[in-house]
Parts: sequence; structure tokens; C-alpha cells
Amino acid sequence: MAVAADAGALPSTSTADRQRIFVASQWQLTWWRFRKHRVAVASAIVVAGFYLVVPGADFLACSDPSASEAQRSLMPPQLIHWFDEGRLRPHVYGLKGARDPKTFKRVYQPDPSQKIPIRFFAQGFEYRFLGLFPMSRHLIGVDPGRDASTTIFLLGTDVQGRDLWSRLMYGTRISLTIGLLGVTMSLVLGVVLGGLSGFYGGILDTVIQRIIEILRSIPTIPLWMGLAAALPRDWTILQVYFAITIIISLLGWTELARVIRGRFLALREEDFVVSARLVGCSRMRTIFVHMVPSFMSHIIAATTLALPAMIISETALSFLGLGLRPPAISWGVLLQQAQNVQTVAISPWLMLPAVPVIVAVMAFNFLGDGLRDAADPYGR
Amino acid sequence: MLAYIGRRALLAVFTVWAISMLAFAIIQLPPGDYVTSYIAQMASMGSVVTDEEAQNLRIQYGLGQPIYVQYWKWMKQIGDGNFGFSMEWRRPVTEVIGERLWLTVVVAVSALLLTWVLALPIGIYSAVRQYSIGDYTATFVGFIGLAVPNFLLALVLLYLGFTMFNAHIGGLFSPELQDAPWSWARVWDLLKHLPIPALILGLAGTAQQIRIMRANLLDELGKPYVVTARSKGLPETRVIVKYPVRMALNPFASTIGYTLPYIVSGSIIVSLVLGLPTVGPLLLRALISQDMFLAGTIVLLLGIMTVIGTLISDIVLVWIDPRIRLEDT
Amino acid sequence: MTLIGEPLLSVRNLKTYFVQDEGTVKAVDGVDLQMNARATLGIVGESGCGKSVTARSILRIVDRPGRIVEGEIWFRRPAANGGTGSQAVDLAKLEPNGVEMRSIRGAEIALIFQEPMSSFSPVHSVGNQIIEAIRLHQEIDRRGARGKAIEMLRRVGVSSPDQRIDQLAHQLSGGLRQRAMIAMALSCSPTLLIADEPTTALDVTTQTQILELMRQLQQEDGMAIMLITHDLGVIAEMATDVAVMYLGRVVEQAPVDAIFHSPKHPYTRALLRSIPRMRARSRERLTPIAGAVPHPYDRPAGCPFHPRCPDFMAGTCDRESPGPRTVGARHTVSCFLYE
Repeated sequence: MAVAADAGALPSTSTADRQRIFVASQWQLTWWRFRKHRVAVASAIVVAGFYLVVPGADFLACSDPSASEAQRSLMPPQLIHWFDEGRLRPHVYGLKGARDPKTFKRVYQPDPSQKIPIRFFAQGFEYRFLGLFPMSRHLIGVDPGRDASTTIFLLGTDVQGRDLWSRLMYGTRISLTIGLLGVTMSLVLGVVLGGLSGFYGGILDTVIQRIIEILRSIPTIPLWMGLAAALPRDWTILQVYFAITIIISLLGWTELARVIRGRFLALREEDFVVSARLVGCSRMRTIFVHMVPSFMSHIIAATTLALPAMIISETALSFLGLGLRPPAISWGVLLQQAQNVQTVAISPWLMLPAVPVIVAVMAFNFLGDGLRDAADPYGR
Repeated sequence: MLAYIGRRALLAVFTVWAISMLAFAIIQLPPGDYVTSYIAQMASMGSVVTDEEAQNLRIQYGLGQPIYVQYWKWMKQIGDGNFGFSMEWRRPVTEVIGERLWLTVVVAVSALLLTWVLALPIGIYSAVRQYSIGDYTATFVGFIGLAVPNFLLALVLLYLGFTMFNAHIGGLFSPELQDAPWSWARVWDLLKHLPIPALILGLAGTAQQIRIMRANLLDELGKPYVVTARSKGLPETRVIVKYPVRMALNPFASTIGYTLPYIVSGSIIVSLVLGLPTVGPLLLRALISQDMFLAGTIVLLLGIMTVIGTLISDIVLVWIDPRIRLEDT
Repeated sequence: MTLIGEPLLSVRNLKTYFVQDEGTVKAVDGVDLQMNARATLGIVGESGCGKSVTARSILRIVDRPGRIVEGEIWFRRPAANGGTGSQAVDLAKLEPNGVEMRSIRGAEIALIFQEPMSSFSPVHSVGNQIIEAIRLHQEIDRRGARGKAIEMLRRVGVSSPDQRIDQLAHQLSGGLRQRAMIAMALSCSPTLLIADEPTTALDVTTQTQILELMRQLQQEDGMAIMLITHDLGVIAEMATDVAVMYLGRVVEQAPVDAIFHSPKHPYTRALLRSIPRMRARSRERLTPIAGAVPHPYDRPAGCPFHPRCPDFMAGTCDRESPGPRTVGARHTVSCFLYE
């Protein structure tokens, strides 16, 4: 069925096309198959969009994420009005705050008489792009003379009056990089241990397999909680950030190791590996020149599928107050504010940080599935 | 077969030992001990603990000794059924945990059962009617189930219940039965409250199991023995149920072992959101206040529970697959 | 009982297509076959020529997305309750999982096929699966069916069948498994046995034994055998008639002697030239068939064999597709050379 499967990757299979398939490299075949998987391609674009936020968070934010002001507590999201008197002139209405005489809660009313024009690529608070270049341009801002942090709240504000949109941008940066770092560490552990286990077999394999089995049969959240609770309270944001990354990667490597061991076991007996050994390739050469390239795409797929679990883990830990702690900003830290159902019932926009979590997890899942299917160009 | 079960049981014992070490190590990791946090607590309330008092407390709780001695003492106590003393609650750990452990088991097991009850028929349907609308729907709902972390799902349901029905959907009991002694009314109350947490906890597992069942069954449906069964003239339903489904159950059953730790993990965090009287909220509080014996016991008991569950699933697996049964006889 | 010479199975212009997003695979594209009772029809052809799909179409167990889009499959059913008359049904018109088709499948037309490793369920005993087949088509209690299954196993040469019956398939050797498979297929005394590459996966000695067994059982039970293979040696040994298939079509059907001694179709000739002969002159070269089998998605227009045919006639063979012509007794060929 190999021929028919190739044809599946390319709808119009003329003889010339088939010639192309025979000489294509594995990466080309993978790419051709992946391209066919439309949901996966769309997910790849979504994921790419997410990762653009990582370097661009400062540029995309409207105001300083930690600028707080009790006067602006729990403002609802503002709608952008695109047209003014029939002409394209994006603006938002100013919000008038007042205290409800009965409940003493602050309520906000949009004031249509007060139109605040939105400017693109406007000047705002100062930051360093990529941590290097001082800049003050932002995607969205207001006229000079006004302060964005007191006027534009695309997604409303939190209890302390901080702009949720800007905080979300910074949270995305932290949550996504923590996932990426965590998965990288898991990958190193997984490749080394899974590779040793699969290539050498014997006692080493048994020991590593038992360790994996034990780790997999332990409920992880209580363990994470225990480890995370052990982090000293006086650590800096950066220290906590790396510690949390290590914690989530320590328990996430087992699945990757399992996949890699499986590939090693399958490949060890393959003719091309046996012949590589027979012609006298060293062990390292056999592994890195002959075996690893042939399951590189599997590793990439497995890694992509491991990422969502990392993101969810960080979010869950921070949500419990055991992961990143304010003033650090991550999706989990943002969601902490939504823990209380009474608060959420009055200010439902506090739940908005759940949206990127769900979208990112889904996009990674679809992308990983597409990659996994594509990784096996001669497969089903 | 006995050899197989024996091997699994041995591994389970080994796992429990590893968990006990980990549990104890975790408790020992934080800088300072219970007395340190007790002093801090006292200081925040305006009273001062003298060094002498602190020293006496440490001796009383055996905190000054080397770690392996403390571990050994803890293990010996557990052998006598004494899990230690909760320093925060000033009561034996077993008393503090009380029925919460059993409620955790009830919640986890009902989530697991729900996972099976939903995943089995839906998975079979999805495979047999591959690419039908029903299959696409199941796949889509499955993806949502996998993508939405269960605590967020709990949050959303809580919010919807609160705003749309003005009802609090959390908890496992109605307020008036919260602390009542066990009675049929209380059991019935529990059963009424159980579906929502079970669904929230079971959804991700269900989604995963549906995918596993579907993939396995699709593999099996292409096997020659299915053609053989069909060529005998068996009705299609019987062909599928007797042969490929039976085969696909095998890897399906072997994943319970991995689903259970996942559900137990999830139950901790979902309990916090929904305010369920399980060990979850207790664990979080114990960890924050460094109430070491309480936290350690909870981690240990959760681990043991999971290991037992996994062992049961292994035995079920042997019962389903005669090939394993025959392997070592 | 039907007699030799009376047609048992008659397939007319059968087309089974697999319609997929990527394109339609015309696995069987206009097959014509005649089969007499108690005869052995060999079907030969290269891999992927539609032999197996033809067999599965007759049994109506083609996997989705494949389905019969055209054609007739006339099958002569023996009269019920031992009566003398018999009645022909068009299997292509029956509901694939309907009651009538299921009462034919397994009871009157049985199938054995290539993979003796995996054609039994690995978790049910061999006996369980044979008894199931017996009880499905006969009014018999469990104990009686078991006795019958043991008897069947003994007939196919399984030693100590009363113990073997409770074993799982993987405890039997490949040869024994295929014997058990034959026992299961013949347990309901079918009038037609379709054997799809029954010996391909077996070693040569076992292969001979199984073929011998099939021939012996055929003599005892008087069923017809449709023997699908790519091994011309097996055909020469077993078949009374031969149908040669190429790309979803029967290009030639004839009695076995005619095929071997006066093949008409260029493909049949090429096929015969490509196999080694016992008494060949030394150093004689085998002639492979030029070119490769076209891809299932782009079948050539006209006669499917024309791009590889040594007798290709431009303007004819690549335009129209030849229909079957009678060129001798029970000998038909689809080629413009004989129009």
C-alpha cells in the first residue's frame, strides 16, 4: 500500500509526481503530508501567532502591566468604536466611575460624550525591545498628553485596577516560554534515558522502565504541590521561574522517553541499522547519523504533544498559588483572581485569561497530531 | 498468571516505598520546619516564642534528629496505624483526614467509572462509523475535553450555575447535611452532588479513552480475523462485539493505570475550586503551613490509593487477555 | 446435488470501486467469470490486479469505502430441504448484511485466505470459532456442534483433535492453523470454497500437503473451488479452468490445458514466459514483462494492458476496450487480436 499512501499525499499523481516522491527526502515527504492536514496547518499559524507575543509583549501592551490604581478597580472591557460620524476614526468612550449608593461598589458607565481616539504605533511607556533596544512605541495607544494606562482597557481591569489586556500579553510571554523551557529539559532527559534504555536494553532498560512506571503511577499534582511549596518564599521571580520549569519537566519526561525508547527498539533491528553496524560504524555514529535522523520527526511530534501538559501544569500550580507568585505574571497568576465565584459573577472578564490557555492547548494538540501523522510518510 | 500478578504486586510494593520516600523528602525540603512557621504565626499575632520554648517544641516533635531517623520513626508509627500528629490541628493525622479520604476515593472512582461508561460506547461508535457526523462530533468534543484544564471547566460551570440558576453547584453535600452523621439521606445527597465533579474530572480522561478506543478498534477492524468472522455469515454487530472490540479492550484496559493518577491529581485541584470536602484543600493548607505529617500522609495515601487502583486494573487486564494468563504457566 | 457442467457461479461485468477523496480506485473493473459445480477455477494475476477484491465482492464483504457499482453475480443455490430443484440468485442485488446473504455466506460459499497467523482470533479457542460457524447455520446443540468440529478437525488431518480444539490459534503451527481454517470453512459443507492464496504464507512442504488435502476434500464433498493465486505451479497442479486477471479485468479464461499450451492473450503469454520451466534449455533467459503495473489512480485508457503489450495496435488498443470473445471450447479472451 506504500504507493497508494504516497498518492494519498498528492491528489494528482502523474508519473512525474511519482518520480518526485521516490527521490524526495524524508523532510519533503513529511512536509507534503503535513500540508494536507488543514487543521494542523491552521494550528501551526495560531502557535506561531502565540510565539510572536513572546518578543512582542511590550509592543502589544497598552500600558504598564503593574500600574495599579484603586480608582480603576474592576473596570469592564471597553468596546472599540471604529466609525465616528461615518468616517473611520477608531475611538473608545471614557468611563465614568461612581459608587453605588446601596452596595458601595464602584460601577462604571461609558460616557459617549467623551470620545478618546485610538492611535496606532503611538508613544507610550518606555521599554526595551528584546531587552536591548529602548523603545516607547506601542501597537495601540492614545494621543500624546493622555496616559494609556488611565484610558484604554480593552479587556477591563483587575481588582487592583491594572489593565488586563497588557497583563495578558506579559502573562503569555511567561507561560509560553516556561512551557518551551520545560519541554526542552524534558526532551533532554527523555532522549538520554529513553535512548539508553532502548539502545542498550538489558538491566539498564529494566531499571529505567521501572522508574518510568513508578513515576507514571504517582499522582503528579500532589507531588508538584509538595515540590513547589518547598520553594523558599524569598526567591526572586527569576529563581522561582526556573525552579517551576525544572519541577514540571522532572515529571514530564517519561512519555517522551517512552516514545524514544520505542523508536530505538523498532529501529535497532532494521536492516539499515544492522548494516551500518556491520560495516563498522561506531556506536555513536550509528545512533546519531543513522538512527536519530530517521525518528527526528517523531521526536518533534512528541515534543509538540508534550507542550500543552507543561502549559496546563504551570497554570494549575500558579492558580493554586504554589507556582509563580505576583508580581510575576502568567496565565495561572491571572486566573488566580478568578478563583472566587462571587467576584467572577460580577466581573466575568476576569475569566478571559482562560481563553488563551484553551486555544494554545488545542492548537498544540492539533499541530502535534498533524506532525505525528506526517512523521510517518510511508505509513498508513 | 500468578507469576504475572505477583510481579505486578511486587512492583506496586516498590512503588509505594518510592512514594513514601518522595512524600517524606518533599516534606523535608522546605527551609525551616513547623516550629519556624509556628513562631512566625505567633509573631504575627503579637506573641513571642522564646528560643527555649522553640527548642522544647522541636524535641517534642522529634524535629532535631537526622532525616533518615525521622523517616524511620514515621514508617514505624505507620506500621502501628499511627500516621503522626498534625501540628496545625493539634489532633492525630488520621482524625484530621477522617472521611475526607473516603470521599476522595468516591469522587475518583465515580469519575473513573463515568470515563468508562462514556468512552466505551462512544469509542466503538466512532470507529465503526468512522468519518460520520457522530464520529466528528465525538472527536471535536473530545478535543475540547482534552484542551480545557479541569479546574477551568469547574470554574466555568460554577460561574454558569451561579449566574444562570443562582445555584452553588460545588460541594458534595447540601449545607444542612454537611456535618451530619451518615444516614441514607446523606448518601442520597452525596449521590445527587456527585455527577458534576465526576463529569468535570472524567472529561479529559473520557476524551483520551475515546481516542484510544477508536484508534485500537480501527486497527483491529482491519485484521484478517474480522474478515474470517464476517465470512462465516455472522451478523455485523456480533462480528464487531465478539472479536475486534474484545481485542481493543485490552490496551484500553491497560490505560486505566494511567488514567487513575491523572484523575486523583485532578481531584485535588478541582476540589479546591468546587469546595469539595476531599483531601485536596487539606493538602494545600498543610503544605503552606508546613504541617509535615499531615501533608506527607496525604501524599502517601493518595499514592497508595492510586497504586492499588493500578494493580486492580492489571488484574482485570489478565482476566480479559488469555495470552497474558498463559504466559507464565 | 449439482453436477459437473452445470454453471454454479456466473459473474457478469462486475465493477467494484473504492471511492475516496484522492480519487477512485477501480479495483475490479468489469470482471466476467464462469464457474461450474465441482470444478476448480484458478484465478491468476499480479499483486493488485483485483483477485482478492473479486472474491470479497462475491461474498459481499468488501471493506468500506469499496462497493459494487455495477454487474451481476449469479449464484446457484442448492434446493432447500434436500429437494431436487435449485434456484439462482444475484448476490450483487442482496443486502450485504441481510439475512439471505448471511445464510449463503459461510454456509454455501466459504472463504479461506492467506494469513493463517491472524485469521483466527487470538483470544478465542479454535474450537469456539469453528463451533460458532457450525451453530450459526445448523440446528444443533453445543455438544453436537463440538462433536462435529472435532470430526472436521480429524478429517483435515489434525492429530488429537479433541485436545487441539481448546487451544488458541497461536499455539498451533502455520500448517495446522490453515488446516483448522479449512475445517471451519468446510464445516457447513459449502458448494463453493473460495481459497484466496491459501498456501502463500506456508513453506513448500506444508503447501503441498494443504493442496493435497484440498483436492481430497473436494473429491469427498464435491464442492467447487475458486483458487486465487499468483503461483502458476499451483494452478497447473490444481485447476480445471483458469482465469487470468490484469488490472481489474479477466483478460482470458480457458481450461487449464488451453492456457498452458495455447495461450491467446499477450499478457497470458508474457506471464508464462516469465516463469522458469523444468525442462528448459540451459542458460535460457526468463523474460520479464516490460514496464510496470500502472498506478491504480491512472489506469490507461482502452485496453489496460496496451502500454506493456508487444502486439500494441495504435489507434485501436489505446482507444477502446476489448470485450470477451469466444475462441474455443470454454475459452474466452479479451483482445483486439481476435476481433
